Amino acid sequence: MKYAFYPGCVARGGAPELYESAIAVMQRLGIETVELTRASCTGAGVLQEKNRRLGDVLNVRTMAMAEQMGLPILTICSTCQGVMSQANHAVQRNPDYLDEINAELAQEGLVYRGSTVVKHLLWVLLEDVGIDRLKSTFSKELSGFNFAPFYGCYIVRPSDALGLGENPQRRNSLETVIEATGANVTDFPGKTACCGLPILLINQQNSLKMVSNHTGAASDAGADAMVTPCPLCHLNLDGYQPRARKNNRGDAADLPIIHLPQLLGMAMGIDHDKLGMKKHVVSTKDLVQQLNTNATGSQPRVPQT
Amino acid sequence: MQANLKVKRYNPDEPQPRVRYQEYSLDVLESFTVLDALIQVRDEVDGTLALRCSCRASICGSCGMRVNGRAKLACKTRIAELAPNGEQLTIEPMGNHPVIKDLVVDIDTFFNQIRRVDPFIQPDSTPTQGEFIASSESMTNLLGVMNCIMCGACVSDCTVLEVDDKFIGPAALAKAYRFVDDPRDDRSSERLKKLNDEHGGIWDCTRCFQCVEVCPKDVAPMDRIMEMRDMAIEAGNRNTPGYRHTESFIRSVRRHGRLDETRLAVDSIGWTNVPGLLREAPVAMKAFTKGKLPPLFPHKAEGNSAIREIVEKAEGGSK
Repeated sequence: MKYAFYPGCVARGGAPELYESAIAVMQRLGIETVELTRASCTGAGVLQEKNRRLGDVLNVRTMAMAEQMGLPILTICSTCQGVMSQANHAVQRNPDYLDEINAELAQEGLVYRGSTVVKHLLWVLLEDVGIDRLKSTFSKELSGFNFAPFYGCYIVRPSDALGLGENPQRRNSLETVIEATGANVTDFPGKTACCGLPILLINQQNSLKMVSNHTGAASDAGADAMVTPCPLCHLNLDGYQPRARKNNRGDAADLPIIHLPQLLGMAMGIDHDKLGMKKHVVSTKDLVQQLNTNATGSQPRVPQT
Repeated sequence: MQANLKVKRYNPDEPQPRVRYQEYSLDVLESFTVLDALIQVRDEVDGTLALRCSCRASICGSCGMRVNGRAKLACKTRIAELAPNGEQLTIEPMGNHPVIKDLVVDIDTFFNQIRRVDPFIQPDSTPTQGEFIASSESMTNLLGVMNCIMCGACVSDCTVLEVDDKFIGPAALAKAYRFVDDPRDDRSSERLKKLNDEHGGIWDCTRCFQCVEVCPKDVAPMDRIMEMRDMAIEAGNRNTPGYRHTESFIRSVRRHGRLDETRLAVDSIGWTNVPGLLREAPVAMKAFTKGKLPPLFPHKAEGNSAIREIVEKAEGGSK
């Protein structure tokens, strides 16, 4: 399993613990990666507001680089997944548009034929690694923990560009992975809603209501933590949770927002510092402590290969 | 085949009105839609079930409701596709609308939003002879938005309306676009200025794609909102955090090939907006102490001059 690795700007910026934990986890899974260091930002949908075509040129450029390497793209950011999928969908359906974009990439010696597969780590786990093999890398029992899945928007919508029709397993992918760790899934209404980040600096009141609604509902439903495949959701749900909860519910921020690779790393028994568990605004201390005292968890369920 | 429905019920005329779910199992034809099944329930099983419908052919937009948590036209949703093996379907009234009874919602909310955007053409002059002629090409772009049947599905599932009932909403904003972009209308710049400035206007959309996903007519309201943001900027409306946010984002990609999150935050708030900057400082400090703050000088993409050339060609040079 070899991929062209696209970590995304936030994993290299505001959420370094995502990058660190993903690297550690992928090593355990035997996933080989070549990082796309020359790739640009996807535009995150923001750049596309003003100039969608420019966004498509930049993303086709990235996909052309992977195509040249003969590798599918693996990303750890839902937003990057969504935006690249949308660009891929647009050019794959319209050869004339692809030609136009290729003309702009010619001076770099790049050409895209439309064959690159872009997959979030979450989908790679289900479709390439396989749940059985994933489970074989786990050595810590997480049963007794309750985790609320939070997808956000870009990994579930628009469903046609993301191939959810052909790949129905993607719709429940987060629940499937949480269950694979032995933990319980905490259901709550907002798991595929917006986290509020895109309007954080534009209409903060609305943004914080979203943060408060989602984290409050999951917490009320008994979640020990929330798990997300999207670092942008993490930034808002973690960083602004204290202010959001205080302003809207008058209570304290109590729900750690962990990245998907951190969940896997916990189940694999990877050192918590290596997973960056301290790099959270809403403390993961209780979670980590509970994991350490979970004595039943020290026995691997399946012998490690 | 068997249809198993779990329907949300609410009757304000009961002595103690309360929300409850009622289950119905019935034999239906393979071709049945959710609406066909609900009508069968009302006709043969339970005459107290309230629902609204008319054309049964996805034209009138009356039967919007939530099926398994998502807004749909009941008449366009086939049971065999969603529940081929008799899986239970949860049927609820649309969201973001007050419920009158069972599956019937008050559509005043919806039409009040539509009224906010002055949904009629406002020309400055009268036609020299007979009528205004719009070229075929100029109208092609509007065909998509003109498909709207005002069913309210996008409003039902809008994530902004869930937290803010002052938001104009996806349907009305798509309707606004229909007039902003109509060559016969002479109020485009006033319309854009209003949509740019007012609370609940074009900048309050979160870009969550919910309206694009649930629209039964492919109107894609969110795409229209994004087009209006660009049009509003082009028309000179630049004193908004939304504008600064987008500009800063593109500038960052041009300079570094990557996103400079620190700069993006400061640019969006505004460099001279001291209270705004002070308000966010504690959050930044907290993130910093946790080792989360992005580097002051962002990771650049290797060979980022190629990216700069692409951005400059598309967007022009430095701004």
